[in-house]
Amino acid sequence: MNRREALAATARVLGGSIVGAQIFLTACKTPEKKREPFSPDDIAFLDAVGEVIIPTTTDSPGAKAARIGDFMRVIVTDCYSDAEHKIFVDGMATLKALSQKKYDKDFIKLSGEEQNTLLSAVNKEAKAYASTKREADPEHYFTLIKQLTTWGYFTSEPGATKALNYLPVPGRFEGCVPYTEGEKAWAL
Amino acid sequence: MQKDSSSVNVNAAGVAKNTYDAIVIGSGISGGWAAKELCEQGLKTLVLERGRNVEHQKDYPTATKAPWELEHRGRMPRKFLEENPLISKAAGFGEESAHFFIKDKDHPYVQEKPFDWIRGYQVGGKSLTWGRATQRWSNFEFTAPDRFGYGLDWPIRYNDVAPWYSHVEKFIGICGNKDGIEAMPDGEFLPPFEFNCVESHLQKKIKEHYKDRHLVHARWAHLTQPTELHLKQGRGKCQARNMCMRGCPYGGYFSSVSSTLPWAHKTGNLTVRPFSVVHSIIYDEQKGKATGVRVIDANTQESTEYFARVIFVNGSALNSTLVLLNSKSNRFPNGLGNDSGVLGKYVAFHLYRGSVSASIEGFQDRYTYGRNPTEPILANYRNLHKQDTDYFGGFTTFVGAYRPRGAEDAGETELGAPFKSALSKPGGWRTYMYMQGETIPKASNHVRLSDTEKDQWGIPLLVTSVGYDDNDEKMIKDFLTQSSEMLAKAGCLDISPYDTHQAPGLDIHEMGGARMGRDPKTSILNGWNQVHQCKNVFVTDGACMTSTGNQSPSILYMALTARAANHAVEEMKRKNL
Repeated sequence: MNRREALAATARVLGGSIVGAQIFLTACKTPEKKREPFSPDDIAFLDAVGEVIIPTTTDSPGAKAARIGDFMRVIVTDCYSDAEHKIFVDGMATLKALSQKKYDKDFIKLSGEEQNTLLSAVNKEAKAYASTKREADPEHYFTLIKQLTTWGYFTSEPGATKALNYLPVPGRFEGCVPYTEGEKAWAL
Repeated sequence: MQKDSSSVNVNAAGVAKNTYDAIVIGSGISGGWAAKELCEQGLKTLVLERGRNVEHQKDYPTATKAPWELEHRGRMPRKFLEENPLISKAAGFGEESAHFFIKDKDHPYVQEKPFDWIRGYQVGGKSLTWGRATQRWSNFEFTAPDRFGYGLDWPIRYNDVAPWYSHVEKFIGICGNKDGIEAMPDGEFLPPFEFNCVESHLQKKIKEHYKDRHLVHARWAHLTQPTELHLKQGRGKCQARNMCMRGCPYGGYFSSVSSTLPWAHKTGNLTVRPFSVVHSIIYDEQKGKATGVRVIDANTQESTEYFARVIFVNGSALNSTLVLLNSKSNRFPNGLGNDSGVLGKYVAFHLYRGSVSASIEGFQDRYTYGRNPTEPILANYRNLHKQDTDYFGGFTTFVGAYRPRGAEDAGETELGAPFKSALSKPGGWRTYMYMQGETIPKASNHVRLSDTEKDQWGIPLLVTSVGYDDNDEKMIKDFLTQSSEMLAKAGCLDISPYDTHQAPGLDIHEMGGARMGRDPKTSILNGWNQVHQCKNVFVTDGACMTSTGNQSPSILYMALTARAANHAVEEMKRKNL
């Protein structure tokens, strides 16, 4: 029964409130606006962005293998409010434009290093924004992308089973077992 | 529909076909127990459930789903939340458990004051999604309203219920430890789940600083070590998955669906009729007792009458009250057994608003294996032997510690491999305490039937007029102060007291409406849960509660139900019913 606690802990890690969570608290009746569906290019773009945030490493696949672009499409389409949806979609356009402006190339065509440099700068900007924004102010688009990537990745099959220790049926509970620094956390 | 049985024209063959020895209204945690006890005693029993059927294992569609197999990874879509702002608030509600809760628009009610009425309409009711905490009431709780003068005296005492607690505990399987605490009596226990290292630390520190405060294992309806009796029910050991609210395919926790109903079914005496909305209880003036129940088929709207010698009302506190209020006759124009006008009044609930969370340093070389579906408890330490605060009643405190995933500095790391690595490891330990407090029953906190609005079956909507009072505010303040102090003394940091200010009802511990008592002038039920003025009707769910105590109430409903059912059978044998 510690759902509030769990939400708070996640928010602390990511440096911001969970987007979409406020809908649990207030049921705002907004008229359904028409939303453009995500294109295959959008999904590929989000896969690439997600892979920079959570890359493939020696022990586990990255966000692209977790089909993170498709996951973001589902959540943004089905769960986000109109306002959040707009921030996210506008944010994709902003990121794409940044890539064109800086490198004259599509984001997915950039080298790994270029992608990293670009997103690191945006990440800094998002953190700076989050540290000064008032509670009612909208989230930075990159905060949304980062939250969706981490949430989606660690609840995906590759993320939960390879990057974490996945134990669907423990069979027993032991309250106090040794932990050695570096060991993976439980997925559930 | 509101007619006396004298005006009902049913032929004799129809009556015989629809006649049972006993009718149980509701198949949840107490209805299941009524069915089990009555069927075991040889009574042909009809259980009426307003919702759909749910079969153990077969109807747990999400029970073994991995996170990635849930389309929205546990979150409900926006459209659902906008259409269901009430039910989405329930503790544990999510994509994996939504099928065991109602949808808002299907079951409207009128909130005169904000009240979140959380319901689960299916065979098994809310026993599928309950919290599973099963501490016994102590005699302090049975006597406190009278001793301190804040409520009606219970017609029973701890000793009246103690053997029935044992009876229920042995059957459903309760894990816990015998702690010898006066405020939280011991029972028939299976071994408890272990504390984790921080919980053990909290226990030690609280013991050091407070002589009268005991942080111990709470008691939970989980099979940690099934007995022959549990195996006979087809239930097995709890697998420490902590996914209880999806329905447990192992039968590791108790529900009507996994335990009492299949057990009753094996006797050959049970009939369960789903989609049966009970309109009212039929009262026969010549016989001076209830003869049956009017049912509306939830799907076809067809009205049917069923007859029996005894009727158990187990529709959940407010729905049972609603059925009695709607059971109007010439003899009882204000609802069955309601000469006193008390029916619907003295509704109370549990105070759940307060919680305190904190972090604690250290224990970095310690972790847990498996997922504990239970929590420790700090037994009530307020207003036991004497009134020692500026408010009435006591509270119990659920306590816990856990180690969430994600290093504390994950947000500060660079994107890429360092970020991924930080989020793949456990972080620092967190602790929390939350309250479950007694509230004071008052005539003004009431429910009644709407004069104007009806549901889709033509039954008047329930109006809820239940709110907080000054006593509640004082208790919350004391809880937050004391809990913060205890966590500080245990060395916790970042201590954050919090008041949700949630509406009453979200606790899902609503109680009263047809309270027990000795005097028909001030109560609806007697000490055997019989309607004073209509003795073959028993109300043994939360509606019967004279006061709320501070312990989780479900096991008391089960014990009172078993006690009442056995009394009913004895009275039938003596030809008194």
